[in-house]
Amino acid sequence: MLAAIRPGEQDFALLLHLVGATVVFGALLASATSILLARGETRLLRLGYFSLLLVGLPGLILMRLAGQWLYNLQKWDALPDQIEQPAWLGIGFVVADWGGLLFLVSLALGGVGIYRLRHGKSATGLLTATTLISLVLIVAYVVAVWAMTGKPD
Amino acid sequence: MTFEDWIFALHLLSAATLVGSLVMSWIVVVSLLSVHTPGETIALSRVAMVGTVTTVVGLIGAIAFGIWLAILRDAFHVWDGWVIAAIVLWVIAAAALWRSFIEYAKPVEKARALIAAGETAPSAELTASNRASNGLLLRVLASAAIVLIVIDMLWKPGA
Repeated sequence: MLAAIRPGEQDFALLLHLVGATVVFGALLASATSILLARGETRLLRLGYFSLLLVGLPGLILMRLAGQWLYNLQKWDALPDQIEQPAWLGIGFVVADWGGLLFLVSLALGGVGIYRLRHGKSATGLLTATTLISLVLIVAYVVAVWAMTGKPD
Repeated sequence: MTFEDWIFALHLLSAATLVGSLVMSWIVVVSLLSVHTPGETIALSRVAMVGTVTTVVGLIGAIAFGIWLAILRDAFHVWDGWVIAAIVLWVIAAAALWRSFIEYAKPVEKARALIAAGETAPSAELTASNRASNGLLLRVLASAAIVLIVIDMLWKPGA
């Protein structure tokens, strides 16, 4: 029903936003699962990290840019000062921006971890931190999907 | 949020889980192409198993909450053309995914047999099994069907 009343020009921006969001969600699932189930196997640890870097990061950028495009198309930036931005939009921004920052932190920690692994050093703490951040982000994305679809006030 | 809003949110959460799991399964499938040893095949199968479970949860949730929503909402019906198209595409995706799970179980069985026989070195036969095209083609078919469902849901042709 929402799509039926949404102007056609916004459909493509929404499609790109959804594709980006699901790609980053899938990469986070793959990363967290690979590192959690690695049992010390380097291949799975590397798979976990490179899922984030090569799949998750492009997905995150696509989601954020397409989301901003949709925001501009729907004229949310032109709301009068006396009207507050809806809560679901705020939740979306928090998850995309603060979540994006956390994502970059997990990439940096994981990158150092992979570098240490390559040089035969321990990286358990760093990769555990990457996994924990991925798990937090998975929960945050579930909340964001619920907020953006249910649109609670 | 009304009851209908909750069903809509659960429908889209299931759809996001499904597409996210599909992305995850593609990461595993691509990684499997460069796996040559039984140990690595088994290790990747552990990750694939989580992807399989979340895919099944997403598939079932998306269709169940989707049909429920079509019954609840007055604006559209289960017999609308775009809803029927989505259901047909869902059946194609589910069947292709089910067959692909069976195809990707074959190299895992082979890897287990090799380990049981004490062979842990790279195996040409196992590499060929990991790179078999049957599972890959079925995964491509399922992915194409799911992308078409997303497009059908957004544009709602004929609505």
